[in-house]
Amino acid sequence: MTLLAVRDLRKSYGALAVTDGLSLDVAEGELHAIIGPNGAGKTTLIAQLSGQLAPDSGSVTFDGTDITRTDMASRVRAGLARSFQITTLMPAMTALENVALAVQGRSGSSFRFWRPVAAEAALNDQAMTCLAQVGLADRADRPAAAMSHGEKRQLELAVALACRPRLLLLDEPLAGTGPQEAERLVALLEALKGQVTMVLIEHDMAAVFALADRISVLVYGQIVASGGPEEIRQDPAVRAAYLGEEAC
Amino acid sequence: MSAAPKAAIALLILLALVPPAAAAIGDPFLTVIATRMAVFAIAALSLDLILGYGALVSFGHAAYLGLGAYAVAVCARHGITDLFLQMGAAALAAALFAAVSGAVSLRTRGIYFIMITLAFGQMAYFFFVSLSAYGGDDGTALAARSTLFGRAWLENDTAFFYMVLACLALAYGGLDRLVHARFGRVLTGTRESELRMRAIGYRPFRYRLAAYVLSGMICAVAGVLLANQTEYVSPAYMAWTRSGELIVMLLLGGVGTLAGAMAGALVTVGLEELLAGWSEHWRLCFGLILLAVVLWSPAGLTGLLRRLLAGGRR
Repeated sequence: MTLLAVRDLRKSYGALAVTDGLSLDVAEGELHAIIGPNGAGKTTLIAQLSGQLAPDSGSVTFDGTDITRTDMASRVRAGLARSFQITTLMPAMTALENVALAVQGRSGSSFRFWRPVAAEAALNDQAMTCLAQVGLADRADRPAAAMSHGEKRQLELAVALACRPRLLLLDEPLAGTGPQEAERLVALLEALKGQVTMVLIEHDMAAVFALADRISVLVYGQIVASGGPEEIRQDPAVRAAYLGEEAC
Repeated sequence: MSAAPKAAIALLILLALVPPAAAAIGDPFLTVIATRMAVFAIAALSLDLILGYGALVSFGHAAYLGLGAYAVAVCARHGITDLFLQMGAAALAAALFAAVSGAVSLRTRGIYFIMITLAFGQMAYFFFVSLSAYGGDDGTALAARSTLFGRAWLENDTAFFYMVLACLALAYGGLDRLVHARFGRVLTGTRESELRMRAIGYRPFRYRLAAYVLSGMICAVAGVLLANQTEYVSPAYMAWTRSGELIVMLLLGGVGTLAGAMAGALVTVGLEELLAGWSEHWRLCFGLILLAVVLWSPAGLTGLLRRLLAGGRR
């Protein structure tokens, strides 16, 4: 079943077509990687899928509903969450507070003025579960600003998971991590496979080919090839356009 | 209890001790100064809600002080002298003004927000300047202070002071609950990262607007008390320099901590009295003190206190 369908999506900045008639299908349950050289328009695509940026034309359908003009908050509530390439957290809040705020977003009204939120066990318990899932249980009380880069990447993921997404958009989750941290995050994504549908943008080819069920190759705002990892590895057009000698 | 509520409660107790101390040394003017401190502490607390927790630098907050003050004058002229009714009217007027001005200004960020709130503040200022029925530019004197249950209890400076102190304690207590509740966490989130808030399913505008309206209402209550303290109402209460003074109080005390807002108001009013009695060029001296605090302790006096406490423990 197709969970996310993108049809003929277009976005231009002046004469530069960053997304140029892009179509894409993501099936429920799969981990769909999108690769492409720098400037191919990967982050712009994620921004349009998440609602941060409005496309010029084309459509985005999520679970059978057209969400092309829906705002970010509604998309999140419909089950479409994202992580950011550039870490976007609440620096002054602890790891637990960062995640609990995401849990709060989908559990009841936030127009509550009296009861201390720090004492809400339901929020904290669910937040702790997400933190444990990414391996940050022992960092719960640390302010996000005081965490290492790798820990922040893990926290990004915990916050996205706390939204209980059906589709998770991951914008370079491994960006800037060391080999050990990357290994840990790859294991985590591996564990999430099957539980949640994922669209993964990533430059780390080893990770992409190890994790992805399907890979789409984005070049100059268009999908030039789409298929299983083996298929993509063998595709001559892909090798010419992107992989070069590196994958041979 | 962490250090911040302790500091706030210490300040409240300190203020409560002023009238007996003033009686003991025979200087009733101390109570008047303490009243002024408490009134501005309420105004500073209200501004801290949006500026400190929501990162919304309102440069027109004095408009709400003025709205509250004029609510007293308008109500009194129409025979409504009860303090609580006047506070209700003031809060209602402030809520309307904040809802309209907030709905416009909160669509902008940064310097644009500062300028639009300033513009709305000036609109309110010039409206009351041209209101000749209430003295226009000169303002108007109140016939008497507001009444409580039909009685003129507040004519007594000490009784009035404790009334103001009770309002301050309520404002502090209520805001302390609010910033630690769900709403406060969301507001803090919008300060920390608007994009992240959207990405976890929030629409920041509605929370900002709610905080903006609430903040205006609390500040209007401070305005009601200010008019009663001076027994005079004038557009000068809502001059843009007054809005600046409120921001200075927060900078001095520490932005984003309620205890800091209170401390900042107390110290600013105190220094004003002290330095003004010493030299007519007191603003120069006050400026240097502010500069020193901002340079050496960007987190204001509360930051300084926290550092001293941490240093003592080492």
